[in-house]
Amino acid sequence: MKPARFAYLRAATTEHALEALHQGGGEARVIAGGQSLVPMLTMRLARPALLVDIMHVAALSRTDDDGARITIGAAVRQRALETRDGLAQRQPLLAMALPWVGHMQTRSRGTVCGSIAHADPSAELPLVLVALGGQVHLLSRRRARRLAAEEFLTGMMVTARAEDELIEAVSVPAIRPGTGYAFREISRRHGDFAIAAFAAVADERGVRLAVGGVAAIPMARVLPTDQALGDALDAFAWDLDARDDLHASARYRRELVRRIGGDVALEALRDQQARAVKEAV
Amino acid sequence: MAPDVHARNGDEAGWVGKSVPRVEDAALLAGRGRFIDDLGTPPGTLHAAILRSPHAHATIERIATEAARAMPGVAAVLTGAELRDLASSLVVGVKAPVECWPMAIDRVRYVGEPVAVAVAADRYLAEDALDAIEVRYAPLPAVVAPRDALGDGAPLLHEGFPGNLASDRSFSYGDPDGAFASAPHRIGVAVEYPRSACTPIETYGVVAEYDPALDAYDVLANFQGPFSIHAVIARALRVPGNRLRLRTPPESGGSFGVKQGVFPYIVVIAVAARLAGRPVKWIEDRMEHLAGAVSATNRSTRLQAAVAEDGRILALDWDQIEDCGAHLRAPEPATLYRMHGNMTGAYAIRNVRIRNRVVVTNKLPTGLNRGFGGPQVYFPLERLISRIAATLGLDPLEVVRRNLVPADAFPYRTATGALLDSGDYAAALEAALRDGAHASLLARRAQARAEGRLYGIGYAAVVEPSVSNMGYITTVLTAAERRRAGPKNGAQATATITLDPGGAVSVHVASVPQGQGHRTVLAQVVADVFGLRPAEIRVITEMDTAKDAWSIASGNYSSRFAPAVAGAAQIAATRLRERLARIAAVQLNARPDELVFAAGKVFSPGNPGNAVAFSRLAATGHWAPATLPEDVEQPLRETAFWTPPQLGAPNDADEVNSSLCHGFIFDFCGVEVDRDTGAVRLDRYVTMHDCGRILHPGMVAGQVTGGFAHALGAALLEEQSYAPDGSLLTGTLADYLIPTAMEVPELVILHYETPSPFTPLGAKGVGEGNTMSTPVCIANAVADALGVAEIQLPLLPSRLSEALHGAESSPPRREARPPQAAPGERALFGSGRAEVDAAPEQLWAMLLDPDLLARVVPGAHNVQRMGETRFQAEVTLGIGPVRGRYRAEIALSDLDAPRSVTLSGSVDGALGFGRGRGRLRLEPVGPTRTVLTYDYEAAVGGKVASIGGRLLDGAARVIIGQFFASLAAQASGRRPSLWRRLLRLLRGRA
Amino acid sequence: MSRHGPAVLDAGQRHPVRFTLNGRTVSGEAEPRMLLHDFLRHVLGATGTHVGCEHGICGACTVQIDGAPARACLTLAVQADGAEIRTVEGLAPAADRLSVLQEAFRTHHGLQCGFCTPGILMTLDALLRERPDCGEAEVREALSGHLCRCTGYAPIVKAALAAAEALRETDHA
Ligand SMILES: Cc1cc2nc3c(=O)[nH]c(=O)nc-3n(C[C@@H](O)[C@H](O)[C@H](O)COP(=O)(O)OP(=O)(O)OC[C@H]3O[C@@H](n4cnc5c(N)ncnc54)[C@H](O)[C@@H]3O)c2cc1C
Ligand code: FES
Ligand code: FES
Repeated sequence: MKPARFAYLRAATTEHALEALHQGGGEARVIAGGQSLVPMLTMRLARPALLVDIMHVAALSRTDDDGARITIGAAVRQRALETRDGLAQRQPLLAMALPWVGHMQTRSRGTVCGSIAHADPSAELPLVLVALGGQVHLLSRRRARRLAAEEFLTGMMVTARAEDELIEAVSVPAIRPGTGYAFREISRRHGDFAIAAFAAVADERGVRLAVGGVAAIPMARVLPTDQALGDALDAFAWDLDARDDLHASARYRRELVRRIGGDVALEALRDQQARAVKEAV
Repeated sequence: MAPDVHARNGDEAGWVGKSVPRVEDAALLAGRGRFIDDLGTPPGTLHAAILRSPHAHATIERIATEAARAMPGVAAVLTGAELRDLASSLVVGVKAPVECWPMAIDRVRYVGEPVAVAVAADRYLAEDALDAIEVRYAPLPAVVAPRDALGDGAPLLHEGFPGNLASDRSFSYGDPDGAFASAPHRIGVAVEYPRSACTPIETYGVVAEYDPALDAYDVLANFQGPFSIHAVIARALRVPGNRLRLRTPPESGGSFGVKQGVFPYIVVIAVAARLAGRPVKWIEDRMEHLAGAVSATNRSTRLQAAVAEDGRILALDWDQIEDCGAHLRAPEPATLYRMHGNMTGAYAIRNVRIRNRVVVTNKLPTGLNRGFGGPQVYFPLERLISRIAATLGLDPLEVVRRNLVPADAFPYRTATGALLDSGDYAAALEAALRDGAHASLLARRAQARAEGRLYGIGYAAVVEPSVSNMGYITTVLTAAERRRAGPKNGAQATATITLDPGGAVSVHVASVPQGQGHRTVLAQVVADVFGLRPAEIRVITEMDTAKDAWSIASGNYSSRFAPAVAGAAQIAATRLRERLARIAAVQLNARPDELVFAAGKVFSPGNPGNAVAFSRLAATGHWAPATLPEDVEQPLRETAFWTPPQLGAPNDADEVNSSLCHGFIFDFCGVEVDRDTGAVRLDRYVTMHDCGRILHPGMVAGQVTGGFAHALGAALLEEQSYAPDGSLLTGTLADYLIPTAMEVPELVILHYETPSPFTPLGAKGVGEGNTMSTPVCIANAVADALGVAEIQLPLLPSRLSEALHGAESSPPRREARPPQAAPGERALFGSGRAEVDAAPEQLWAMLLDPDLLARVVPGAHNVQRMGETRFQAEVTLGIGPVRGRYRAEIALSDLDAPRSVTLSGSVDGALGFGRGRGRLRLEPVGPTRTVLTYDYEAAVGGKVASIGGRLLDGAARVIIGQFFASLAAQASGRRPSLWRRLLRLLRGRA
Repeated sequence: MSRHGPAVLDAGQRHPVRFTLNGRTVSGEAEPRMLLHDFLRHVLGATGTHVGCEHGICGACTVQIDGAPARACLTLAVQADGAEIRTVEGLAPAADRLSVLQEAFRTHHGLQCGFCTPGILMTLDALLRERPDCGEAEVREALSGHLCRCTGYAPIVKAALAAAEALRETDHA
């Protein structure tokens, strides 16, 4: 298990990285934390000609919070965000989900944007991005654009990112008054990718439940909170077109959507109420 | 027999029995361990990488190695052809005209089977060379399940094993027919015991060198024994045993039996070294290990019992089908026979019928793994106990109690021939219930159930055999065959004690430890004999067949260290002590038998002031041999050989004492199953062990917790999975799931000591027991929680879902859905429909045009027409970051111009292969409009399948769908936007 | 591209790599594709860091990069250029003395074959530094990034908690 040959470039600036991606065509690839890419290189599943290391670009290592949105740069490691002061107050869902991303030993290297770029259907961060209605900030020599999470994630490990585009950052709305959050994951072992993961956001529009690990991409749906919830979850479960794999059957995944999905939706509602009480005080 | 906790040779002050710090630890903790990959290699050593089969079953049509050989840094490429020239087949353990090569010769029979070896200046270059080797396979149908392998028309793996059956033996002990005829109840279980493997964290390693002048091989490998395999390797390398020097490194990173399985690779790497003319080193990587090291057997068992009204078992009827994978590799079918003397477990059952069949399937060959045959036997046996209780409305504990071998019966000869050395099973069980707070567990269950939770309790009582009889495996032969082959029995253990000119003591044993602290225990044992401190004893455990005293049973397996090897060391030390005592007696003017060895001195208790220092006495043989009393043998070095007389060969009635020692284990546990997720939570686990005399409590506890963790993995997480087509599904540690600290709870360990009368120190093996008792104990508890009769391992939440959640709602949409593959199945099905602005004839013409096909086949370049209806192409396919080049072949058949056609295609490449077949129908719906409908069936396998099956399925669906869609798009002269997007994404140039 | 910054390190060529290893500056040459564990073990000869899977799961290769435990097998040697790396060889305060954590492993039989141990020590060393008052749950969670096939984890957990306590005591003293 040794990678095939590639060249390596440690980009000093964003422009430097964009130029390399531009010139490399399909043969250049960003390396961020390397926690997903390096195993693929080692197994020779991925064989890029050039790796562009973006972790030393100062402009990409920032997390900005302008009050309304939290913007996380491409070189921000998962561990750095997880241990950021006040994260749980600024965006509880991120704080709830981050400890589920792999292990402390992979979070110390892996980046938030890298996880989004990799677009594993079971990954927690793309799920959170979908649940929160986050955005992906793409940059290339040609253009800058922002895509909603759902536009960005197009399939299993397939995204709308063009090969010369860099994810410069991802952004999510910061906590808003009157909003509740909940997260839960079912996996075979602690630290494994999810068999099914659930993130829910309850606000004045209702409860939005996002489900990861079941369909090819995380999917979200606004659910009723009355007795129609059961039927809505059942329909949602079927619509996700779950698949069998080594770790779980499709039927089991649907069952989790019905049972745990419902719990998580209700938990988000409870969280909403609890926060409302706190805000009132 | 009463428990004997404290007797230590009558010497209360001894080191044996204490948890002294291990001598091994300081170096290991500081990063100064000496594992195989840490040791220096001879200058000029080259590195090997192994190309492995992506197919479960295929003939090799051609291997092209020229390009690889021509690469810079590449010294040699070894294929089956060269191997056959320079080596011979490994011997096979049954009488049949089959060969067993360590590398595929002209046919591959499992995913991961070695096909070629590249030898280069470093491992990176060697792997580059593998990329350049081109192998053409002609796939054959594969068979995976043992019962399927016996079925009519099953693909045949070896001509010499007709019907894939390698052995079929039936045994009868006592009067099973009579017992079944007269018993009031007949109760049975059916078990498909899955495959798992102990996966040590250090993988295999081999460094081999060949000396053409001497025609001799020198091999360093982290092999664990038994060294009977040395003879197998030498024979395969076509040299006499004295021309195969086999050494082991000082440290080995865990084995649990698995490192016995390095031996086929010793042969391969040794031949590669010979071919390259240089030393060659190979360190197995993890993916190689999971696909190609060794697995425990999976077994299909039907077990029936004749049962009396009160739950007593009058007879057992075993029907076992053992699946040894693609080759019957030495020492298989030992997994099946290791337990032969113990087929009645901890119970006094006098009538037994056994049918043992051994089959071959397209899976990784099997070999030693912790528990070795025990889990496969105890799972059905202890499930049976639980079924008997449920069927007769008895408490399972009552069924156990009524059947246990009684305390006054030891040593007890089982119906199948084992001699249970010592024990008081009933007393140990009662002690476990008492000290393990069984009553409170019952209360917890009652309370949980009252609250509507799913809580269950399970039990297991097992006998743990250790110190294998080297002759048990011959039970697979008939008595007549055994007579012809000559007797095989015993279990030689050896140990050498050396006194150096400074009077320092060294111990050499052929034990090859992998973390069991042999050096510490031997230092304790020998220190006690000489009255020294363990720190003063130097223990060498690495093996060198050219210099050490060893025999076929040498090595570290069958938990033989404490009972046998440590005992041999004690015997050698005691002999030297006797000689030293006689020398000292002259110097001290005392009787030898009254002398005491203590605190580094030798003296008579009546006159402690008159003492001689041990070191001085021990040096006498070097410095003043002339002063030794006449009749005293040299006191410099002593080698003891010890073999237990109880281990005879199987007799003509096929009774065999398959092991020397028999520990007893009684486990019980409480589990809770989550109603929603099906997750199994171990609430409390109690394990009671009688492993004879405990030499080092800390290490015994370590063996028990370690074995328990393995067992927990086998019960809840681990399965080496194969799809029905033989694709390996567990090719990485993200798929083959090993428990972590989050999954392994603390367990309660209890002891009950009845020393073995048959071993020098009274010790028995302890390392394997929980792998036998724990999986079934947990399964019994889960069955109790769910109230189900059928339960199979591993206990995946997803599998319990059926029992938990009942029937599912039906899908809300009524429209036809493509048929879904059955769970675990790799086949894909799909269908689609498109309307095209073109006449059927136009479409038809396209299908036969290479240029157009080039545009339709996703990622195709270089399409060539090979015949009227056959095309070949190079294609680049990718999904996300995974991208590879493949060779594609497409053929059209069942042509019904211009209405319908069958398209079959295959792709083959380094990352895997895919095969599919689709029926395409064209129906005109207007002069220039056609409805195109298709359905297909496809299968994907190979490397990618074992890494990310779900990713692959998704990719195949997209690619197949894309093919038909772009066919439609081409025909109508435009590309539908959705497909355009997909196509561009897949080609990666949106 | 050099007009924008540093040059591309060519594939198939060796390039100098320099970092701090256990407090000392070390250097060697590596192709861009060389993994950090191979560089440590086979270029620098620091064989204390072990390799069990090369795909990030077993944890045997865990080292500390700039103070945080990380997989050497998921890091390229060239990525580590300029970093501060600590490995098991740097834990003991002196050649004949073990650290508190190492000593606790010995006392509590936290190792058998010792193959997984170096990686586990590097994780726990960082954990005990960052969270001196961590409890069993945190220890188990940190350990979940490691596989040990020998011990069943219980003695490792015990050793870690004992070390945490001993360290707290010396801090108080
Ligand atoms: C043992 C283990 C367990 C894990 N468990 C989980 C888990 O439970 N859940 C989970 O979500 N993840 C898990 N992961 C993966 C996670 O650790 C990775 O961090 C994450 O998926 C990728 O982030 P990275 O920064 O390491 O990206 P890299 O590996 O560097 O890159 C991943 C991919 O994204 C691309 N990329 C990265 N950054 C950018 C960018 N800014 N712009 C464009 N493209 C980019 C790369 O080219 C590459 O194709 C696990 C990994 C390991 C090794
Ligand atoms: S070798 Fe790096 S995690 Fe296993
Ligand atoms: S001590 Fe052997 S793997 Fe942990």
